[in-house]
Amino acid sequence: MIKSMKIKVALAQINTYLGDVSRNLEKHLCLIEDAKRQGADLILFPELSLTGYVLQDLASSVALSPRPEDPVFGRLLEASRAIDLVVGFVEEDSRRRFFIAAAYLSQGQVLHIHHKLYLPTYGLFDEGRFFAWGDSISAFDTRFGRIGMLICEDFWHASPPYLLWLDGADIFLFMSASPGRGLSAAPKLESARWVEQLVQAYANLFTAFVAHANRVGFEDGLNFWGGSAVFDPDGVLLAQAAYFEEGLTLAELDLNQLHRTRARLPLLRDERTALVQRELDRILRRASQANR
Amino acid sequence: MAKIDLTINTDLARKILAGFIRSEIQRVGLQRAVVGVSGGVDSALSCFLAVEALGPQNVLAVRMPYRTSSPDSLEHAQLVIDALGVQSVTIPITEMVDPLIARDPQMSEVRRGNIMARARMIVLYDQSEAFKGLVVGTGNKTEILLGYTTLYGDSACALNPIGDLYKTQVRQLAQAVGVPEPILTKAPTADLWQGQTDEGELGFTYAEVDKLLYLLVDQRYSPQDCVEAGFAPDFVQKVVERMRRNHFKRVLPPIAKLTNRTVGYDFLYLRDWGT
Repeated sequence: MIKSMKIKVALAQINTYLGDVSRNLEKHLCLIEDAKRQGADLILFPELSLTGYVLQDLASSVALSPRPEDPVFGRLLEASRAIDLVVGFVEEDSRRRFFIAAAYLSQGQVLHIHHKLYLPTYGLFDEGRFFAWGDSISAFDTRFGRIGMLICEDFWHASPPYLLWLDGADIFLFMSASPGRGLSAAPKLESARWVEQLVQAYANLFTAFVAHANRVGFEDGLNFWGGSAVFDPDGVLLAQAAYFEEGLTLAELDLNQLHRTRARLPLLRDERTALVQRELDRILRRASQANR
Repeated sequence: MAKIDLTINTDLARKILAGFIRSEIQRVGLQRAVVGVSGGVDSALSCFLAVEALGPQNVLAVRMPYRTSSPDSLEHAQLVIDALGVQSVTIPITEMVDPLIARDPQMSEVRRGNIMARARMIVLYDQSEAFKGLVVGTGNKTEILLGYTTLYGDSACALNPIGDLYKTQVRQLAQAVGVPEPILTKAPTADLWQGQTDEGELGFTYAEVDKLLYLLVDQRYSPQDCVEAGFAPDFVQKVVERMRRNHFKRVLPPIAKLTNRTVGYDFLYLRDWGT
């Protein structure tokens, strides 16, 4: 019998100062305090929350190293002694490559860093021009169970969430800076509808918790629509932030819901990973032969 | 003809556009906006949105009649000012414009119209400094795509809240925010010469061209796809050519590249950099 556990997750739906890390850090620390006061165990910030999104040539000048001696991470790590936190930033690695990154900090330690795997470079997006592509993915253990983190375009591809699920993630933390677009007669922007459907679908497909933090505000003419949300393993919406407004939204995750949902719906138990691997090998082999 | 619905959710558009105006003005440390109000629906909508973003006390509506301007234009601009309770000023451009026009008795209507549009730009940017507010643009997506605008004239602004709305959508939103009825129902005109109307000058209606532009631009139809969707081939050709020929009005002037880092090519920052 697994001991019952409830965790309180705070979604920090913020606007950011474009390229001004120190002002963004102050905002983070402020919201972290607020979340702590409200009894949150974990606070989730959006993609590139410490830097702003359309960085272009600012990318290299706002890059950080998630280590205690870094002045920004030093303070965040200190804050993580009281509450687990996930922040978005630009990581500069030892080979001087720049990644769009997310860091999970807990009890003064960096538990995990995720590098964005899919960099949209089409339409209004130009990430591949300025950033290096992440090249690995894994779930990681936390005091609340095993977690997987993904950044925006990562979860527009089905494989990263799927891999995290197979790697043991029962809680998915998604972070976005999703530009609002697609105005029609509908009361919601198309971009909001797309993302909400995706996020909810993963909760259903993987019978898992999915929390999504999206930012708000404007960068030049781009708006960011917010609407951060948490879904439970039945795909039920637990909490949602307002559209276009800054704020902290709390949701209680009853981890025993995993037990109840998966007793009813054993999708994870029945997942045929060996079949996936066999067929994927065959498909890739055929593709490589066709390319010869 | 394919069914094309350009209807927008006006509550959502209002919220985003007012937020945009507030953000772009306040992040440079200002609180105020300047809008040239012509009496037409585009500038009326921009003025209403600016008031929604900043409050009437922070918006200056500027009327800039020329001696041949239609009296209706001035009256309709006043309807906007009265409806919103904004600050306002009337600065006629006749005395600025006429000496230049008088130098060439042969001057075409287009040249005179361009001079008027650019004189109004000078007035607005002067009021921008005097009032400590940014000039809010009034160009819609239809005229931007067709290039139906005077470069450095009516196209000049610090920010443009309505540039991604087609003319028919501007009308819909204008009605929703409460722009007075006479402005919504009259024929669109730049009022640069007597009897000028947009649709007369362009040679097609906004209702027609907005649908075509929506397919070409938003839905990425090829010109051939548009013909197959029911648009006349010569109309499609004319609009496509107009868009291409006027692209220079939509971009900054190209800078000749010499060094390793050149503004516009590999010196890339948003305007909102640092804020």
